[in-house]
Amino acid sequence: MTIAYARGLSPVRTVLASGAIVTVQEASMTPAVTINATIQAGGVFESAQQNGVAFLTGRVLDRGTANRSADVIAEELDERGVSLRVSTARHTSALTCTCLAEDFDDVLAIVLDTVRHPVFPAAEVAKRRAETLNSLRQDQDNPAVRAADVLLELLYGSEHPYGRRAKGTIDTVTGFTRDDLAAFHRARYRPGLLSLVIVGDVDPSHARDRAARELDGWAGDAPADAPLPPPPPHDERRESVVTIEGKSQSDIAYGFTSIKRLDPRYYAYWLMNNILGQFGLGGRLADNIRERQGMAYYAYSAIDPSVGEGPLLIRAGVDPGNVARAVAAIDYEVGSLGAQGVTADEVAQSKQYLIGSIPRMLETNAGIAAFLQTVEQFNLGLDYDRRLPEHLRAVTIEEVNAAAAELLHPERAAVAIAGPSVPSDGA
Amino acid sequence: MNFKGTANIPRDEMKGLVERFGGMWNGYTWIDQTTYLETAGTDALDQLLFIEAERMANGLYDPEDCESERTVIISELQGGENDPDQLLDQELTATAFRAHPYRHPTIGWLPDLRSMTREDLYGHYRRYYVPNNATLVVAGDVDADDVLGRIERTLGKIPPGVTPARPSIVEPPQLGERRLVIERPGTTAYLKMAWHAPAATEPDFFPMLVLDAVLTGAKGLNLWTSFRGVPPQRKARLYTALVERSLASSVSGALVPTTEPFLYTLSMTAMQGVNLAALEAAALEQIERVRTEGVTAEEAARARRQLRARFVFENDSVTNIAHQLGYFETVTGPGFLPDLQAKVDAVTADQVSETARRRLAPVSRTVGWFRPLERES
Repeated sequence: MTIAYARGLSPVRTVLASGAIVTVQEASMTPAVTINATIQAGGVFESAQQNGVAFLTGRVLDRGTANRSADVIAEELDERGVSLRVSTARHTSALTCTCLAEDFDDVLAIVLDTVRHPVFPAAEVAKRRAETLNSLRQDQDNPAVRAADVLLELLYGSEHPYGRRAKGTIDTVTGFTRDDLAAFHRARYRPGLLSLVIVGDVDPSHARDRAARELDGWAGDAPADAPLPPPPPHDERRESVVTIEGKSQSDIAYGFTSIKRLDPRYYAYWLMNNILGQFGLGGRLADNIRERQGMAYYAYSAIDPSVGEGPLLIRAGVDPGNVARAVAAIDYEVGSLGAQGVTADEVAQSKQYLIGSIPRMLETNAGIAAFLQTVEQFNLGLDYDRRLPEHLRAVTIEEVNAAAAELLHPERAAVAIAGPSVPSDGA
Repeated sequence: MNFKGTANIPRDEMKGLVERFGGMWNGYTWIDQTTYLETAGTDALDQLLFIEAERMANGLYDPEDCESERTVIISELQGGENDPDQLLDQELTATAFRAHPYRHPTIGWLPDLRSMTREDLYGHYRRYYVPNNATLVVAGDVDADDVLGRIERTLGKIPPGVTPARPSIVEPPQLGERRLVIERPGTTAYLKMAWHAPAATEPDFFPMLVLDAVLTGAKGLNLWTSFRGVPPQRKARLYTALVERSLASSVSGALVPTTEPFLYTLSMTAMQGVNLAALEAAALEQIERVRTEGVTAEEAARARRQLRARFVFENDSVTNIAHQLGYFETVTGPGFLPDLQAKVDAVTADQVSETARRRLAPVSRTVGWFRPLERES
């Protein structure tokens, strides 16, 4: 696989005096370096009234700093073929980019300048706000997005941060001003909340020294965060249908709230989900819905244990006339896995697959950087890539079955459907 | 159908063949080629070669599997139609071509998907899946001589067939602008413009690639990865003219290396309240500007630097390296890939300007609008 992984990862981690963490992994497969600056500045740190402020802050962050105008940043990045992405998730906002090794010093300086010194010019706020509103309107027309949004609201309610959308709503976003973004930046973009991961064709001590230099003089304590509330308990099934006329296909989102990432049952849940909706083309779900019934191009499940109890989501896109049949098939697979459990063969195959796929997870610099950010976020240890197989091997079939029995109850599922009201004349 | 069992791999055993090595497998068909990709640990090599040999020679095309796959693919098609941008792209391409088979979407048209028979599928399979019409690439931590020996013992045993000829249909010259408007329920308006583009091996291809970078930012040339995500484009002409002026929320360009002349396509998402005519006029103003005034030496130099960086980024894994080797061997023939950088470096601003003037002429333009109709609430 990658040159880096053949020997196992060997990241070099440094905690700067300011509290910022810098982790460097040398990898020389290509003369390029990936920079991933992740800040604990995701959507959970905004109020329901300010839903979307983390996202919009990320969108304007790199549009002008105290040292560089938006135009200068654009020029310096474009000159080097670099596209800087800022992505906002539940807990974090991440600035990621890949540059040529020869451009590393310059690009790192730009990335860390945008983290530290954004000025949020009013004109830039207005443009990116309008783009975000446009994107929200596009989402309203997208059955896959609508189904997922409605499902998360059914699972978490609008008060729990996991029930809200990263981009916010048309109402909240319309009201944001530069002061809202600047205030969010002041509260969350602090050295103790930054994890900078650098992966690629760069000397680790050089990378660390450059990062330390760019972050020199940055101060500010990390705020104490209130713990996340648990998701609301649900003992009954909830279903919601969103009608979007003019579409060819309906999207199904079906799910449960699951566990936290640091829960000891994590690996058993991971294997259970792999068997349910991942292994091969999409586990048991795809065997039934795609392979046996030919109803959907995709049917799968994904589990996302996080700081809080993340969701297990099942997704399928089907002909509008097949929605009831597809939901029944999901109910059947969920119910039978929950009630009867898995086979020893399934557990062995999934373990083999997940352990064997670790090198692929670390195939690219960007993949290694994302992995090391997870290691940092959950304090998993710098040798986690080598310990991960052992965690998976140690899971017993009884633990997988216990996970399935705990979670997989169709009578407690939340189900969201988005699509046209009238079945098409499809197959 | 080529994932659904062969003479020596029962259908139920397909699942798990690569997964037990921690591997992934995937495949896609586009206008010139079908590609199968597998990445797994080196201990899986014999297994991967066995699968490819089976796929080449021994596919079953069980009639029942054909029926269930038919509805799966119809579902894939309907999922694509849910996206107005994809729908517009399909209709634009069909409008831009009159005769050449590039006008057909790779997934097919719904009536054809409903009516094609198992014999149609199997006939296509037997005609095109012959070793003399395929390229096998192995990339990774392997010894070349050892791998060649293993290939001889697997795929090497499959006899050649009749080399299938490419359809020899030449698209007649376009005589005037073509237009289409799709009106459907929606929330957002989309605009696309396409011009007939050079094939990858034509002299115009690299000036056109640099021109695209000037207009919308350099993507690179890897269909498997580079076209995902946003290119470096904040100084690109159409980005500054359309997105920075809040006429569009996004703009992108696509010039894909193809065996025969395909399209250069620009795609824009209109901002709420901006009508498509205004967006089109603003985009065409930039097109006419580049046709009459050309590009500057600085712009061409920046585009070349961007492409140089993207060529590095798009080869960052064994999967991507293998993909690029196989893609260009199939689409352009041997010798093309090693010269990419040199060919980009050799492009001058004057060549780009001249190519823009000739290639982006109104007469060979097709314009597509997606105009959203308000839904009753």
